[in-house]
Amino acid sequence: MIEVRGIKKAFGDQEVLKGIDMDLKPGQCNLIIGSSGSGKTVMLKSIVGLIQPDAGQVLLDGRDWTAMKERDRKVLRQEMGMVFQASALFTSLSVEDNVRFPLDFFSSMSPAEKDQRVAFCLDRVRIPQSALSKNPAELSGGMQKRVAIARAIVLNPKYLFCDEPNSGLDPETSIVIDQLIQEITREFGMTTVVNTHDMNSVLEIGDHVVLMRHGHKVWEGAGPDILKSDDQEVVDYVFRSALFKRVRAAMNK
Amino acid sequence: MLSGFLRGLGSYFLFLGAVFRRPESWREYFKSFVRETELLGMSSIPLVVFISLFMGAVLTIQTAINLDDPFIPDMYIGIAVREGILLEFAPTIVSLILAGKVGSNISSSLGTMRVTEQMDALQVMGINPASYLVLPKIGASLLFFPILVIFSIFMGLLGGYLAGDWLHLVNPDNFLMGYFDEFQPYYVVYSLTKTVVFAFIISSVSAWYGYHVKGGAVEVGKASTKAVVAMSFSIILFNYILTDVMLQ
Ligand SMILES: Nc1ncnc2c1ncn2[C@@H]1O[C@H](COP(=O)(O)OP(=O)(O)OP(=O)(O)O)[C@@H](O)[C@H]1O
Ligand SMILES: [Mg+2]
Repeated sequence: MIEVRGIKKAFGDQEVLKGIDMDLKPGQCNLIIGSSGSGKTVMLKSIVGLIQPDAGQVLLDGRDWTAMKERDRKVLRQEMGMVFQASALFTSLSVEDNVRFPLDFFSSMSPAEKDQRVAFCLDRVRIPQSALSKNPAELSGGMQKRVAIARAIVLNPKYLFCDEPNSGLDPETSIVIDQLIQEITREFGMTTVVNTHDMNSVLEIGDHVVLMRHGHKVWEGAGPDILKSDDQEVVDYVFRSALFKRVRAAMNK
Repeated sequence: MLSGFLRGLGSYFLFLGAVFRRPESWREYFKSFVRETELLGMSSIPLVVFISLFMGAVLTIQTAINLDDPFIPDMYIGIAVREGILLEFAPTIVSLILAGKVGSNISSSLGTMRVTEQMDALQVMGINPASYLVLPKIGASLLFFPILVIFSIFMGLLGGYLAGDWLHLVNPDNFLMGYFDEFQPYYVVYSLTKTVVFAFIISSVSAWYGYHVKGGAVEVGKASTKAVVAMSFSIILFNYILTDVMLQ
């Protein structure tokens, strides 16, 4: 469980987060949605500690993460995995070595155990054997995302963070990635937080959804319930989602 | 402008503070150090060999023409060429060239890692990106630059000798005696001290520029250009300071 309390962040005189609260639940896909520029990435980076918020608290299962010094955070960071918007795979390492990287740093496993763990994670995200020794740049965007997921889960984290895992992917691949994130979340009981502006993801995997707009939380609830909301801001957002409009149109035919 | 420079300098020293931290894993840092040594050092050998051979040759030709006097024995041409290579050409010119090759490589590779969020990825894992990415590069440079410069000295001397012989500018035996006459070991100390200082400047300054890139691919390119200018400037300045301090 991740408790976010009153997070504020400004860059210069631009207030990006204006006091956000949310409860992100274990074993669930928690989605942060909102249009571009609404502050989703800043929110996620504030939760993982890449951005220091100006005010507020983040509690990781009761532990006051915001108040910790970077040195104390390092231990807790091994409980976190993160998938970045552009995958952020290490270009100087092969696919396999990317996934092995956190193990080499932080685990006391024997080399054989590491091999096994890497193979398990890559197999879990369905990366074929033939891709293991390739450079990440040789893979398609969807494959890169999957390798990034494998790297994020290799230390068996309690918390998984994904910044726009579907950006740059076609709708079909997006669904595959979404389902993968959901399966992994259920399977390992992780507290997963996903940034997205994909309405399909909201309906498919949104166990718990937070809608942000102009630095405020506008709505919070279970994914499909967002369609029942009569709050004008929520309705606006849902209908501005172009893809969703088309889906609705197709359904109404 | 001055305040901008001072702020940059302050940020550079803060950056060095972040770089010189206790590694999260000595073994991983060492692995990276070995990789960097290969990438930055070994790959520079052909360039250094090429440049040094021709530098030595040019130096012999110029000196021989300038000292073309029957009363000056060819040995003195040998001495002049040796001192020129040892004191200035090998350490300074090779460092300037490596600033272009190694320095711009460091700043653009770090800049790319910054804008593609690879540094954020390290930080989320609990690895200090400044330290993990930069320390091995500084280490590899400090180790490899002196080796490259020693290489360059020998290649320069060889090039100088061959040019003198082939072009019939000097009597080769007489010229060669000059290489060994009144040799001052302290000059080697001076030359390698300069090299080590330049190696540190090149690796740390280029890393600072790359590490602080904001934006995208265009900014990565700009940072690496700025880095090369700043490094060249610092090398020339420190060349003067060290020469003043060590040779006076
Ligand atoms: N490091 C920064 N410095 C200054 N401003 C920033 C910084 N990071 C983000 N911002 C600003 O904060 C606002 C929110 O940005 P953010 O990246 O969180 O949006 P987002 O919801 O993730 O959008 P997208 O869907 O496009 O990724 C933007 O206006 C952006 O310009
Ligand atoms: Mg974003």
